[in-house]
Amino acid sequence: MNYTLRIWRQENAEAKGSMVTYKVSGISPDSSFFEMLDILNQQLIEGGQEPVSFDHDCREGICGTCSLYINGRPHGPVKGVTTCQLHMRSFKDGDTITIEPWRAKAFPVIRDLIVDRSALDRIIQAGGYVSINTGGVPDANSIPVPKEQSDDAFDAAACIGCGACVAACANAAAMLFIGAKVSHLALLPQGEIEAEHRVMKMVECMDGLGFGGCSNTYACEAECPKGISVTNIAILNRGFLTASLMKQKEKPSKGDSL
Amino acid sequence: MTRLNARIPEGPLAEKWTAYRSGCRLVSPSNKRKLDIIVIGTGLAGASAAASLGELGYNVKAFCYQDTPRRAHSIAAQGGINAAKNYPNDGDSIHRLFHDTIKGGDYRAREANVYRLAEVSNSIIDLAVAQGVPFAREYGGLLANRSFGGAQVSRTFYARGQTGQQLLLGAYGALSRQIAAGTVTLYNRRDVLDTVLIDGRARGIIARNLVTGEIERHAAHAVVMASGGYGNVFYLSTNAMGSNVSPAWSAYRKGALFANPSFTQIHPTCIPVHGDFQSKLTLMSESLRNDGRIWVPALKKDVDRLKSGEITPVDIPESDRDYYLERRYPAFGNLVPRDVASRAAKERCDAGFGVGRTGMAVFLDFKDAIKRKGHDTIEALYGNLFQMYGQIVAEDPYRTPMMIYPAVHYTMGGLWVDYELMTSIPGLYAIGEANFSDHGANRLGASALMQGLADGYFILPATISSYLADEIHTPRIDPASHEFTLAAEAVRERLNRYLSTGGSRSVDHFHRRLGRIMWDHCGMARNEAGLQHALGLIGELRREYMEDVRVPGRMDRYNPELEKAWRVADFIELGELMARDALMRRESCGGHFREEFQTPEGEALRNDDEYAFVAAWEAAGEGAEPSMHRERLEFNDIKLSQRCYK
Repeated sequence: MNYTLRIWRQENAEAKGSMVTYKVSGISPDSSFFEMLDILNQQLIEGGQEPVSFDHDCREGICGTCSLYINGRPHGPVKGVTTCQLHMRSFKDGDTITIEPWRAKAFPVIRDLIVDRSALDRIIQAGGYVSINTGGVPDANSIPVPKEQSDDAFDAAACIGCGACVAACANAAAMLFIGAKVSHLALLPQGEIEAEHRVMKMVECMDGLGFGGCSNTYACEAECPKGISVTNIAILNRGFLTASLMKQKEKPSKGDSL
Repeated sequence: MTRLNARIPEGPLAEKWTAYRSGCRLVSPSNKRKLDIIVIGTGLAGASAAASLGELGYNVKAFCYQDTPRRAHSIAAQGGINAAKNYPNDGDSIHRLFHDTIKGGDYRAREANVYRLAEVSNSIIDLAVAQGVPFAREYGGLLANRSFGGAQVSRTFYARGQTGQQLLLGAYGALSRQIAAGTVTLYNRRDVLDTVLIDGRARGIIARNLVTGEIERHAAHAVVMASGGYGNVFYLSTNAMGSNVSPAWSAYRKGALFANPSFTQIHPTCIPVHGDFQSKLTLMSESLRNDGRIWVPALKKDVDRLKSGEITPVDIPESDRDYYLERRYPAFGNLVPRDVASRAAKERCDAGFGVGRTGMAVFLDFKDAIKRKGHDTIEALYGNLFQMYGQIVAEDPYRTPMMIYPAVHYTMGGLWVDYELMTSIPGLYAIGEANFSDHGANRLGASALMQGLADGYFILPATISSYLADEIHTPRIDPASHEFTLAAEAVRERLNRYLSTGGSRSVDHFHRRLGRIMWDHCGMARNEAGLQHALGLIGELRREYMEDVRVPGRMDRYNPELEKAWRVADFIELGELMARDALMRRESCGGHFREEFQTPEGEALRNDDEYAFVAAWEAAGEGAEPSMHRERLEFNDIKLSQRCYK
C-alpha cells in the first residue's frame, strides 16, 4: 500500500517547526505504524537525510513511550490501542496521514515528534505512592481486600502514563492521569491512609506545571488507549473537596502555635 | 585460566543468608550520606535498588535511557511473580521453590544464590502489597495464585496479564518518593557508555545526554549495573527496541567477567514472525499455557489444506490433532519449562507439521478452556492478551486458536557476580537480568520479576554495605580526574568514528544481519560446524560495519541513529562471545541445545563431569581472543539428575 505522510519536523525546542510531506510505498497492511515509519527512515538515511525522530520502545502497548497525534487524534484512529499497536490495515491505500507531536504547554517539543513529559513524573513524585520503606511490612494476606475493590484499583492502575489524556484535552488538563493514580491508591486499604494528603500534594504540583483545568468534555477518556474511566476524575474531585474541607477544619488547632 | 571464588558463606544452605546478614559490616547513618552510589537502569532491579538505597540514606544517582523510569522493559512482563508463600496449601516451601529453580535451570546455577532467592521471595510479595500493587484476589479478599511452567504447585502471584507493569509502578513509586526526598537524583534520557575505574575500583561512568548530546562524567563510591538483558543481539526479540548490552559491555571491556553468554531463553509462546520489515516480536504470556492446549495437525494433508485455505483449524477433528506436549510429557503436559516447549515446537515445525503462512507456527487453543470455564472467566484472566493478539494478527482467539512460535525473550547469562552480587571489579555490582547468577541454563516463568526485586530490594542493599564500610574515609570521587578525562575522550572518539565512517548502509541493516546469524546458528539448536561458521560471519560483519555504516546527524543533539550505532557495535562483539561460549560447551543444558549431545528421545544431554561449571570470560583487548575462567558448581543439597517432565 502507498501513503502520503505529512510529518511535523522541528530541529529542537527553540527552532520553528513545520509540516513536511513524504511518500512511502509498498507497505504491507500487516506492518505496524512504526514499521512504516522505520521504512521511511531507512529511505531518508540512505538518501543522506536525517530520519524523523519519534518516541517508541516496547512496541507492544504497555511502556507508554509512544505518542503521536495521527490525523488529529492521539494514538490514531483505533480506539483502545497505542500508536505502537496500530497497524497499517487501519488505513486505506493512498491515504494522506498527518502526524504531529502531543500539543500541550506542559509538554515542550524536544525534536520532531518527541516531547518532554517529565511533568508527569513530577506529579507522581509529589505523592503518587504509599509512604513506606522496604522492610517491616505485614504479611501480604494480613489485610483482606474485597475483590471488586481490588479490581477497580487495578483498572485505575492500568494507566501507562503516555499523556494522551493531556494531548486530547482542549485545556491540556492532567486530571485523568492524576485521577487514575489517586483512585488506584485510595481504593486500597494500604493507600487510603494518606489519601487526603496525596490528593492535595498532587493537585498542588499539577497547578504549578502548566496544565489547564478540566472542562468535563471527557475527550481524555475517549482517547485513552487503556480505557481509564473519567469516574477517576470524580473520585479525585471528591477526594480533593474532602481534603480541602478537612484542612479548613484543622486550621483552628494549628492556631496553637500562633 | 583461574578458578573463581564466589565467596559463598560457610554453614548449612538454609542458614547462609541469615548468617551472612548477621555478620556483614554496616555503615552508620551519618556516613551513608557521604557515600555516592550510581545505579544504571530503572527496571525492577534498578528502581527497587535505587529506592531502597535512598531510603537507607545513601546518596544515589539513577540513570535510564527512557524518558521516565516507569518505562523500563520490566513493564512488559506479563504472567506473574513466584513466591514460596504456600497460600494454596498445595505443598510449596522455600526448599521446593529452590529445588524447582535449580532443576528448571538444568543444574547450572549456584545453589547458595538460588536458595537465598527462594528465601526472600515471600518478602517481595509482602512489600508489593504494602505499596498498593493490585494483585489478583479471590472473593474472600485474599491473594490468588496460579500455576506456571516447570512447577507442580501454584505459587505465582499476578495482576491480570500485567504483573510486570504493576510491580514496576510500585518500585517507580518508591523511587519517585526518594527523588522527592532528595536522596535519589534521576538522570533520564542518558546512555551509559563507559565504566570508569580508578586504581582497579569502579568509581563512575561516562554517560551521553540523549537530548543535548553532551558527554557527562558521573563519579561515585560504587556502581550498580541494572541494565537488563541482551536479547536484542538477535535483532528480533520480545525486548523493547532500546534494550541493550552497552553498559554491561563497557564493564566487560574494562575487565569484568561475562558469564555464560550463550545461555539464552527462547520463549515458546510468541506471535510468529510475519515479514522481513518486522521490528520486534510480541510475547503471549506463558500463563496462557495454564488454559490453552498446544497442538499441530497430526496429518500432513491437513497442514496443506490449512495452508490453501480449504479448511480452518476448527474444522480439524480431535482425533486428527497432535497435542504433542501432552503426548510427550504426560506429567507436565502444556506446563513443561520454556526450553522444552520451544524445542518441541521447533521439532514439529521442522518435521513439516507447522502451520501459518510460513509453516513456522503451532496452535494454542482455548476451545476446551472456554467450554469448561466460560468466556467471561477466560476474558478476566487473559483479556488484555487476547486483545493484543487480535490487534496484531487480526484474528479472534476466542473463536479460532492462536498461532504461536518461539522467540528470544530473556538472557540467563550476564556479568559474573559473587555471592554479594559484586562483579570481578571491586565496587561494581550487577543485579537483575544484567547478572548471570540465579537461572542457570534456563529460567522458569515468573522468576525474572522475583530475581530482579530480590536483588534490588533485599540483597544488594545488604551486601553493598560490606564494601562501603571500607569506603567511609574515601572522599567524594573527583570526576575531573585523569581517568575520567581519558574515558570521556575515548567515548567521544568512538562516537565520532561512527559519524565519520560515511558508509552506505544503515545501522539497522547490520543489526538485522547479525540477528539472522545468531538465530540460525546460536539460537534454539546449535552445532559445532554452525557455530564455527557463525564466528566467521560475525568477524566479516564486524569489519564491514567499521567501514560501511552510515550514521547521519550530529553528536551534539538528539540522534537516535548514533545511539543505535554504539549499541549494535557492542552487540556484534557480544555475538562473537556468545558463539565462542556455545562452541566451548560440549553438552546440552537448558536453553543451550547442542545437537551433537542429546538423548535418543531428543532431550538435552548434560555432561556433569566436565561441564558443571560457570564459564566466565575475560576480555583481552582489541583483536585478541578472550580467556575463560571457571567457577565449579558444587551441589550439596540437590542430587544432579536428568531433568524429567514426563
